Amino acid sequence: MSTRDPADDGFPTLRLVAPDGAPVGETDVGLSEDDLRELLRLMTLARRLDRECMALQRQGELTVYPPFEGQEAAQIGSAYALEPGDMAFPSFRELAAAIARGVDAVEYLQYHRGTWHGGPYDPAASGFAPICVPVATQIPHAVGWALGAKLDGSGACALVYFGDGSASEGDFHEGANLAAVLGVPMVLLCQNNGWAISIPAEEQYVAPIAARAAGYGFPGVRVDGNDVLAVYRATKEALDRARRGEGPTLIEAMTYRIGPHTTADDATKYRGAEEVERWRALDPIERYRRYLLRNGVADDAFVRACEDEAETWVGGVRAELTALGAPPGSEVFEHVFAEPPATLARQRREALDDA
Amino acid sequence: MPEITMSGALNAALRDALAGDPRVLVFGEDVGELGGVFRVTEGLQRDFGRERVFNTPIAEAGIAGMCVGLAMAGWRPIAELQFDGFSYPALDQVISHVAKYRERTRGRIGMPVTIRIPSFGGIRGKEHHGESPETYYVHTAGLKVVVPSSPLDAYALLRAAIADPDPVIFLEPKSRYWTKEAGDLPAEGPGIGRARVVREGSACVLVAYGAMIARCMEASEELSDEGVECSVLDLRSLSPLDVDTLGEVVRAVGRAVVVHEAPLTLGMGAEVVARIVEEAFDHLEAPVRRVTGWDVPYPPASLESTYLPSVERISAAVREVVAY
Repeated sequence: MSTRDPADDGFPTLRLVAPDGAPVGETDVGLSEDDLRELLRLMTLARRLDRECMALQRQGELTVYPPFEGQEAAQIGSAYALEPGDMAFPSFRELAAAIARGVDAVEYLQYHRGTWHGGPYDPAASGFAPICVPVATQIPHAVGWALGAKLDGSGACALVYFGDGSASEGDFHEGANLAAVLGVPMVLLCQNNGWAISIPAEEQYVAPIAARAAGYGFPGVRVDGNDVLAVYRATKEALDRARRGEGPTLIEAMTYRIGPHTTADDATKYRGAEEVERWRALDPIERYRRYLLRNGVADDAFVRACEDEAETWVGGVRAELTALGAPPGSEVFEHVFAEPPATLARQRREALDDA
Repeated sequence: MPEITMSGALNAALRDALAGDPRVLVFGEDVGELGGVFRVTEGLQRDFGRERVFNTPIAEAGIAGMCVGLAMAGWRPIAELQFDGFSYPALDQVISHVAKYRERTRGRIGMPVTIRIPSFGGIRGKEHHGESPETYYVHTAGLKVVVPSSPLDAYALLRAAIADPDPVIFLEPKSRYWTKEAGDLPAEGPGIGRARVVREGSACVLVAYGAMIARCMEASEELSDEGVECSVLDLRSLSPLDVDTLGEVVRAVGRAVVVHEAPLTLGMGAEVVARIVEEAFDHLEAPVRRVTGWDVPYPPASLESTYLPSVERISAAVREVVAY
């Protein structure tokens, strides 16, 4: 077995719904039935879009794409706990969280279309920061933003997404320690999907990632990352705590990347099919659907309606996205500085041949 | 006329910026009660409070990364990285984010960030305390890089850096912190992106910045005794570079020597000479010479004089260029 079973290391894991959809904890997390259905709808939309993106990449319509299949609950459960004025800081695999935050999918996917970098959408309007690729570097950004919110007394919180791989970077440590020392309203949400490209958890770290929080002086909790209600509850509690001025919380959401690291990766070279199948059986959407049906919060008609909506929506995203061409060449000069210096203005004229 | 040190002028610039804009924050290692290891932030925490002027743990990447988030949240951060040689952990944040955020977001999120770094040699410092990191930043698109050479210009440049809508790397020549200049603190200077002629002469142009301006002035006095009058061009702004003024001054004089502390290879001198070739080739009477640090790590205190461009080396280069 190439991924460590979290049940083996003794660190407690919050789980509210078992893989078969049966409640195993207090599943009243304070959400209305509409909200509970919305979580399923968002996860359904996200997965359908993720699969479409894989297809679009294979068809040459997207550049390299990092799929998130299997991590829908970890992303949507956490993002759904945020308030509109909060700011989520993603890495590069958080399209599902972006959808939950209301980011326009076409604008987001411009990044993978190669028409612009990670921030064509309006981060302030959606409360979702630009895609951030250098591993773990978004963590100190979230600390700075949360410090700004604290100084403003706005009551807003930052939530930063990163992975098990990121937790080995110095920026994770510096960010976590700064967050603690400055006492900022912030949640550090680690999606532990078991793999840093081809490197399994046991080659990345020894002690549980959630256990590190104690060393920084704030709470660390581990949740079943494929249990959307558990993720929601842990995130909501951490955000409430942050809003009370009690500082940061680290959440380690145990999940799994069903697909490759990106479309450029061949995951069969480093992990076995049986491991993937084992995690497929823990599928977050299937589990939550069973839970909702079992409790009568949703029926088959609702599930089908979500799937139909996803189909239609993704068709529209595909049409809009594939119609996007390269922006004009002048764009590479437009946004480097507020006012282009003379030396750059000269290069712009040379590049565009309108001297 | 009041006299002020460069350290004092920088302190005044921070103080005036903090007083003038409630969104300005000052932070870094030891900037609080101690007032910075060079006393540039002395008294600021006392006068503006612990929320706006605060110490951080020793975490340069974190400090630079926090600037990004604070700027996103509408603040105007001024971070101090304590020494040139300790600024490198922050390079990833500076290069990958501080410099690129405006471009990444198509202009939606600017980075009005000032990163101050006490820099350069000449203070008999230990290893890592005398380096010239300017080229790393100049080579990074999206950053502005400035170096003051005098107290009054340091004030003007720092005010301009803080007011700038884009990130400015502000390199402070440590060896000049305690030098004094008489005059009123200028409300405005020439601005970022502008060089200034600090001495006029028709024999040769000395192009330099930071602490090397004083050394070029010294060499110019020595050469003046020999009847060789030099212009001294203080670049001030290494990025953007004032190519127009550089070209103009060199075209008028026809001879130039570029001086900097940083190692020779791919130092600022390489860029300056290339620009001179592009802007003034037909006016050149002699090849342009570079007088710089050597391509070696910055040496220990007892060997600084072997490394740093001396008045003798500068004068010798000028004589050579003039005699060509």
